[in-house]
Amino acid sequence: MIEFYESQRAMRNMRKIAMQRGVVAVLDVGTSKIACLILRFDGTERLNEAEGIGAMAGQSGFRVIGAATTRSRGVKTGEINVMQETERAIRTAIQAAQKMAKIRVDHVIACFSGANPRSYGLAGQVDLAGDVVSEDDISRVLAACDVPDFGDGRSVLHAQPINFALDHRSGLLDPRGQIGQVLSTDMHMVTVGEDAVRNLAHCVSRCDLELAGIASSAYLSGMSALVEDEQELGAACIDLGGGSTGVSIFLRKHMIYADTVNIGGDHVTKDISMGLQIPAATAERIKTFYGGVVATGMDDREMIDIGGDTGDFEHDRRTVSRAELIGIIRPRVEEILEEVRASLDAAGFDHLPCQQIVLTGGGSQIPGLDGLAARILGQQVRLGRPLRVHGLPQAATGPGFASAVGMCLFAAHPQDEWWDFELPVDRYPARSLKRAVKWFKDNW
Amino acid sequence: MQQVTRPGTDPAPSRWSYRVHRLLLRPGFRLALRAGLPFCLSLGLGLNYMSDKARQEQFMLALSDLREQIENRPEFRVDLLVVEGADRAVEEEIREILPVQFPVSSFDLDLDDLRRIIADLPAVASVDLRIQKGGILAAKLRQRAPVALWRSREGLSVIDIEGARISSADSRATRADLPVIVGAGADRAVVQALEVLAALAPLEPRLRGLVRMGERRWDVVLDRGQRILLPEEYPVQALERVIVLSQVQDLLARDLAVVDMRLAARPTLKMNKHAANEWWRVMNNQ
Repeated sequence: MIEFYESQRAMRNMRKIAMQRGVVAVLDVGTSKIACLILRFDGTERLNEAEGIGAMAGQSGFRVIGAATTRSRGVKTGEINVMQETERAIRTAIQAAQKMAKIRVDHVIACFSGANPRSYGLAGQVDLAGDVVSEDDISRVLAACDVPDFGDGRSVLHAQPINFALDHRSGLLDPRGQIGQVLSTDMHMVTVGEDAVRNLAHCVSRCDLELAGIASSAYLSGMSALVEDEQELGAACIDLGGGSTGVSIFLRKHMIYADTVNIGGDHVTKDISMGLQIPAATAERIKTFYGGVVATGMDDREMIDIGGDTGDFEHDRRTVSRAELIGIIRPRVEEILEEVRASLDAAGFDHLPCQQIVLTGGGSQIPGLDGLAARILGQQVRLGRPLRVHGLPQAATGPGFASAVGMCLFAAHPQDEWWDFELPVDRYPARSLKRAVKWFKDNW
Repeated sequence: MQQVTRPGTDPAPSRWSYRVHRLLLRPGFRLALRAGLPFCLSLGLGLNYMSDKARQEQFMLALSDLREQIENRPEFRVDLLVVEGADRAVEEEIREILPVQFPVSSFDLDLDDLRRIIADLPAVASVDLRIQKGGILAAKLRQRAPVALWRSREGLSVIDIEGARISSADSRATRADLPVIVGAGADRAVVQALEVLAALAPLEPRLRGLVRMGERRWDVVLDRGQRILLPEEYPVQALERVIVLSQVQDLLARDLAVVDMRLAARPTLKMNKHAANEWWRVMNNQ
């Protein structure tokens, strides 16, 4: 329990240093691309607060001064598969972004989508020490949450207190200073495979960078693609990525559920490649140019050259109609959406007051996807693009950059996590106290 | 024809090029590269070049040549010494003692030194020495004015109002226009002596000189061995009293040796022996 607390706290300190220096890089390690944005914090935040703009304008405190993307190598279903390849890809992205920003970054906040995230809802309850809720009481109630046995080799990525209840009043965001007897809390915890986190940390440190934070990309996509009222009233963000599809559910501006479906756009490409017997690069090109999920009569007549370089004339002059292409794409997209539906059902999404579903990520650009998704997921479906942030190049405003932009917001305004609060005194290991006493005895 | 593509082309920078790129983005390093490196390089090269002894000498020679060329330009040449406010004897003395051979470069003239030499002359009160346009070294003097002759153990000397010795005099007759003062410390009270002398105007024909007594007060010495002993304070007033007495009762024309005015409340007369005897005789006969 203490270990992840300490490591996350160390990352928070690193983030603080980065904020003082004013420059931090965000790195989205995806299956199909690696995106790097360099942010400069320019301290205009207070000005905007004075003007009365709400929390959503928080992103004006920073500016994107460098952006670069590169083809991802060695990443499979959102996890690092080949360390050296991934390291080279990260290096490429960082160097290009640094070149654009003309500044050197030392701190990086990274996100990834895979590693099988699991969501836990935790509850804790304590009696207050005094009448008034103090900082220490919050620490105690967070520490009192009964942590489930999430198994060996898992590490905690997020642990956000999403609700506080004091006696019979629930829904408190910040109970400090309020008067009552019993404080209880609900906490949302996301765990991922520890190996993936350590691999990512290793890759980042091999690039001479310090890891200043780590996050789940499903959460970050939700941060950037959902608008404020959707986050408040309840919405799900489906991030259709390359190797995996992230699902996150937001309620009252907190993420309450995160999951990943390990099917993504790369599987569609692979289907096309296998079905039409063409190389993956060609399949990807055909998918992005001609892909779709709803076939019409027109599509039967639209023939696509799929080519080839075998030297055999017949083979190299093959054509395929767009309807056939859609026929390959659609079942796979349906499968993805079915999986997402299953995940949402498991999370109890249909109990939320508002069941808005937002599709984002590179895969959401398939024409006609919203219609298909509406059939499978429910009527309230829209396509989401990430929030506009200062200085973001036009090329990086597409839905594929939802998690990168979300990470900018995460870097500028992180939500409170467990490790932002001090551990209660009695949770400190007794050994260190003993050591302090011994030190005193030895020296005086 | 089959298209040849190299498999696995990857634009990723190597680890070292990535590090160098990051190093170059470090502002301190860039500054060192832009300013520090050229500085160190040129300094090193310069020091290496100058470390040869012969080269150093050559360089210094060239430097001194250049300096000489500039110094010898006609703009900086001084040809002439002009002395203002000095009489002929002093001017000649100045010309004699100044260690300057004209023409000379103005860089070689140490004006402070020359000024000190001139000011050290006894006849010079103050001097204003400067180089003027047209290569003229101009000395503007203020000479000391002789006010008295001072007879001391060293002999007779002419002094000014501050008591400074201007020159020596061979005899009293060479400067008959100046009054004589005598005695140790007389040169430090010239001002007072002059005041006393001014008050002595009616007795001018009989005056022989002033004597400083005990370095604190004056004696007026007249002919026939008469003396007027003046007090330390207000000597002029005491003298005036004597003069008035003298004018009214012909005091000093009588056979007196000393008029002692040292105690203002009790002026005392000392008569000569003969006069005293006469006075006793007259008094006893009555």
